[in-house]
Amino acid sequence: MSIELINISKTYNGSDFILSDISVKIETGEFFAIVGPSGCGKSTLLRMIAGLIPISNGQLKIDGKDVTNLPPQERALTMVFQNYALFPFLNVKDNVAFGLKARKMANSEINTRVNHALELVNLTDFIDRKPGELSGGQRQRVALARAIASDAKICLMDEPLSNLDAQLRNKMRSEIRELQQKLGLTLIYVTHDQVEAMTMADRIMVLNDAQTQQIDSASNIYDTPSNTFVASFFGTPQMNLIPITLKENNQLSAIEISLKFSIIKSLKAGNYLIGVRPNALSIDLESNETNAVVTNIEYLGTHSIVHAQLDNSQEIRIETSSKRNLSVDERISVSVTGSHYVFSEDGQKLLNTNGGYTDGNSSKEPQLQYSI
Amino acid sequence: MTQYKKREKIQRVFHYSLLVILTIFIIIPFLLGFWTSLLPTADISKGALWSSHISLDNYVTAITQTPIIRYLFNSLLISLLTMFAQIIFCSMSAYSFVFLKFKGRDMLFYVFLATMMLPFEAEVIPNFTTVRDLGLLNHYAVMIIPFLTSAFGTFMLRQAFLQIPAELKEAGDIEGLSHWQYYYKVVMPYSRISVYTLAAYSFLSSWNQYLWPMLTTFSDNFRPVQDGLRQLQSQETFNNWGMIQASAAIIIIPTLIALFFGQHYFKSGLNEGAIK
Amino acid sequence: METQAKNPNFNIVSKKKKSVDLSLGYNPYAKDKRYAVLFLGPSLLILAIFVFYPMLRTIYLSLFLTNNLGKPTVFIGLKNYFSLLSSSSYINSLIATLIYVIAVSIFTIAIGLILAQTATKKIAGINFFRTVFSATMGVSVSVAAIFWLFIFNPSVGLLSQLFTALNLTPINWLTEPGWAMTAVVISTVWMNLGFTFLIFFGALQSVPYTLYEAAQIEGVSKSYQFFHITLPMISPTIFFVSIITLIESFKSFGLIDLMTAGGPNNATNLLVYRIYQDAFLNGNYGLASTESVILAIIIAIFTFIQFKVLEKRVTY
Repeated sequence: MSIELINISKTYNGSDFILSDISVKIETGEFFAIVGPSGCGKSTLLRMIAGLIPISNGQLKIDGKDVTNLPPQERALTMVFQNYALFPFLNVKDNVAFGLKARKMANSEINTRVNHALELVNLTDFIDRKPGELSGGQRQRVALARAIASDAKICLMDEPLSNLDAQLRNKMRSEIRELQQKLGLTLIYVTHDQVEAMTMADRIMVLNDAQTQQIDSASNIYDTPSNTFVASFFGTPQMNLIPITLKENNQLSAIEISLKFSIIKSLKAGNYLIGVRPNALSIDLESNETNAVVTNIEYLGTHSIVHAQLDNSQEIRIETSSKRNLSVDERISVSVTGSHYVFSEDGQKLLNTNGGYTDGNSSKEPQLQYSI
Repeated sequence: MTQYKKREKIQRVFHYSLLVILTIFIIIPFLLGFWTSLLPTADISKGALWSSHISLDNYVTAITQTPIIRYLFNSLLISLLTMFAQIIFCSMSAYSFVFLKFKGRDMLFYVFLATMMLPFEAEVIPNFTTVRDLGLLNHYAVMIIPFLTSAFGTFMLRQAFLQIPAELKEAGDIEGLSHWQYYYKVVMPYSRISVYTLAAYSFLSSWNQYLWPMLTTFSDNFRPVQDGLRQLQSQETFNNWGMIQASAAIIIIPTLIALFFGQHYFKSGLNEGAIK
Repeated sequence: METQAKNPNFNIVSKKKKSVDLSLGYNPYAKDKRYAVLFLGPSLLILAIFVFYPMLRTIYLSLFLTNNLGKPTVFIGLKNYFSLLSSSSYINSLIATLIYVIAVSIFTIAIGLILAQTATKKIAGINFFRTVFSATMGVSVSVAAIFWLFIFNPSVGLLSQLFTALNLTPINWLTEPGWAMTAVVISTVWMNLGFTFLIFFGALQSVPYTLYEAAQIEGVSKSYQFFHITLPMISPTIFFVSIITLIESFKSFGLIDLMTAGGPNNATNLLVYRIYQDAFLNGNYGLASTESVILAIIIAIFTFIQFKVLEKRVTY
């Protein structure tokens, strides 16, 4: 079952848009994540797909059929909620059977489906328990079982793991992914957690400010973020964004100290933002030509995050696996050793990606070199 | 228009009709009361619900010829004093049950709970004798002293105080706050919604007292509104409808206004305190 | 689930095991006893004088004949109880009270629920309806009595005029036994609705909306949702309101006094009104005390049930 969103918008008063012009086609069997900060409209979008909230503008198609004006039950989908939406007064079995009973399905059929669903989520032993007697993870599984029992081929999930602790969340991630593949579900998964989206989804839609920022696979989003929002939303620690001013004839305004980087295409004079992920920076312990001073060090075991201030007083984060202990206030030499990005001044547009190096003797020596 | 939207529209029409019918049932006694308070009694007695003489005359009569304003003042004074007393005494006893540790605390709490089972109405006879012997009859005190505290209020505030995180008490201990300080600097502000609810509750129950003031007050100087209205009714023997309705309106308007502005607290507080 | 989490200390009194603390050193509770006397003393004193003593005194008086000042004279044991329970007039009062209490409770809860349910839908103007529905919360007994006395008035009342206009014979609402009870019940229910509406409305708002979303996605009809989600979810509140309404109705006095004075023909002579009559109009304090004890027992039973159920309510 494919789902197609065509220019979907949501507004409550006709002028302020909570979502505007969202378009995407989600393929059959795809695991599609919608990710964004809280308040970006991702839950609203999911509820519009479900039919719980009316669509203000645009069209929604399921399997090519226009369902924009159909009530939820006629869209043949199921949904798993953040707070599980279990009925506290019903036991596990009756919770899973709730919708089937309401639809007046035959008892034998209900039993088969409920047992099958509970088997899939390993809850057969808890059939008679009330939700209050289950752990968070088990409650989440009951919610999954209810979705499975309904037999719909489209499943919508609204932050299903955000109420669980970190360890359980990891486990449930892979369980959900496995179930999705086993049952061939088309799954739309809403989350605010970029790691969850990256590890689970085939494709990710990044939402912010009521608009789609980017729709792509996890690796493409990481490698070529379409704007600074996406760039800093994905990847921990966050990408460094460094403002620069380019003058006519490619001269930089601040020249005194150098963090060298390269740009393949030549750019017009103006202001830009340079994005460098912390793991694309490195510290040269041998060099005497220092250009920054250490302000803080977060030791994380396999690597450390070094917070430093460049000599032009720009704060940056560097990820390093160096074994040598740095200390606060120590002067270091920072250089760019990985890819970096050039964004327009407002951060809305990616202008250039560069994989070049600036160690000075590489054969991939770029056309232009800049330093700040 | 699609099927789906049509169904929604029909539902909406049905919903509004239901709302309007319910509103009529609730609001008719109010409207009728207010409306007739503007009509001359002569017209009302003829069964007319319309008159060419719509005026505030009934209100003028009520205010100048009956002690209605005095009744209102009495009730206001009694209810306010009762309210403040209950806030103080109920919160202090609730505080003891939550934050103090002493021998027999649980037993005492059961004693408090037990009093909630004893209706005041079943105890009016000895209470009447008591206040008579204390020489309190026909005075404000007789309508305040027995209600200085309330088991229900204590129970309600105790439930609210139990929700205060234990860390706050620990932080208070480390700061060296005494029980007094913790009580009025932390506990009362933290539970203010429940305190407001208790305030509203005790004010209203005092305001609505009927049997007790009827037994213990004999003069207009101390009589509260509820019994004042009874007095007016029996004196007028139901004849002067316009004036009676005007008096009712004078009494009800302040509470309706208070309710209108206090609604928010009622909604949240009643549920917080009373049910849980 | 959610409600339980918010409310960890539901038990009326915590059931923690008592253990003897033998530790030495600073005792943070050393001063608590003094504070307890200060904090709890005033309330205890008031309750002792105006609740405990009168209860014992009422029981004591119920075993005596009394003079017209309320002083006990001759000990007669349980004779008052026997004579009451064999008096057809008292049994009638009991039955009338039961009818009144049950009718008031059923209608208050049913209508209160309907009001709350219709007021939850977020549509234009809903705040106006919510305000109206809660308005009777601000109505006191005497005002309610006046409003309804006017409506039920046989000559000028709205209902009589309505009946006449429809060519029906007007009902003598307050002077015919069956109708008088009906009139009193209607007025009481009307007066109760504001409070009941607010409580139910709050309870409905606290039902997590995702439960309804989950049901909607499964295509569950609105009425099925009401009976299989709403009612079970708010059943503790319904229970709470029923008990409160029952207890309050057993204690009804003001409306009776103002509207029917127990009449006609004792048809609305409810328990509390009877106590008032016997004690303060007939001067029979012993008998009235006996009636008070019986009333207290009835109310204590209901309150006790309420506590028990509240305690057990942590089922989910």
